[in-house]
Amino acid sequence: MTMVKILFCLMAFVTLGSALVVAAGRNLVRSIFMFFVTLFGLAGLYVLALADFVAVTQVVIYVGGILVLILFAFMLSGKEALDKVEEQSSKFISLKNAPALFLAGLFVVIMLNVVFKAEVDNLPWIHRAIETHNVMPVDGTGINEIGVNLMTRYLLPFEVISILLMVALIGAAHLSRREGANQS
Amino acid sequence: MIAQQDFMIVSVLLFCIGLFIIVSKKNAIQILIGIELMLNAAILNLVAFGKFDRANNGGQVFALFAIVLAAATTAVALAIILNVYRRYKTINPDKINQLRD
Repeated sequence: MTMVKILFCLMAFVTLGSALVVAAGRNLVRSIFMFFVTLFGLAGLYVLALADFVAVTQVVIYVGGILVLILFAFMLSGKEALDKVEEQSSKFISLKNAPALFLAGLFVVIMLNVVFKAEVDNLPWIHRAIETHNVMPVDGTGINEIGVNLMTRYLLPFEVISILLMVALIGAAHLSRREGANQS
Repeated sequence: MIAQQDFMIVSVLLFCIGLFIIVSKKNAIQILIGIELMLNAAILNLVAFGKFDRANNGGQVFALFAIVLAAATTAVALAIILNVYRRYKTINPDKINQLRD
């Protein structure tokens, strides 16, 4: 077992374990902070998939942006919501959760079957990429190509997404405005 | 090197945990967290296969786009949740069952 493999197992364990705690915990604040750990574990997995830039973006946007946003929404939605949450059944496996558990279990079985049947390591285009040395380099220089590609090949999606982001942010700011401020 | 299959197994498990959270939780914010977990599982697949596309960087660039889209979605969804809370005084999706006031 190489070092990379051990790190991968550690990261996968952290990610899946904290995701399970998010699923099992009934305290909302705790589950939000465990989600934080899940996101960091995922960033580690991205680094192991040789995508440093995506990992840094993940930390900046998810941990810095989305999580703070979720915390704000949670704090703003007040005490009553918190009390309602506490009433939830505390057990992970209970009759109430049985349909959800059943559904998720079936999805695990089906998708794992698909993954094993697909033999993703023997796909022809992956073999071709390895033969033509089209694999991301380990020394971190792959980030240069991301920059060049973002400004040439993917310029249209980039611009479209920037417009969409602006529209979404204006919409969110408009939606969360208080009604009283409208009349004044 | 790590096999692609390992990444995909992690991603499958993460996706199903997200599905479980969405179906079982009684709180809109926790459901949103479940949706984020499912999105992250998809992004993990994009990144894992993006390793074999050095020339075009298809996987990684679209992983970036997916992360930004998730941020936009979350902002709008949280604004809606805040509005719903202001009107109904609860964020349990089971209790929100009327369209008009």
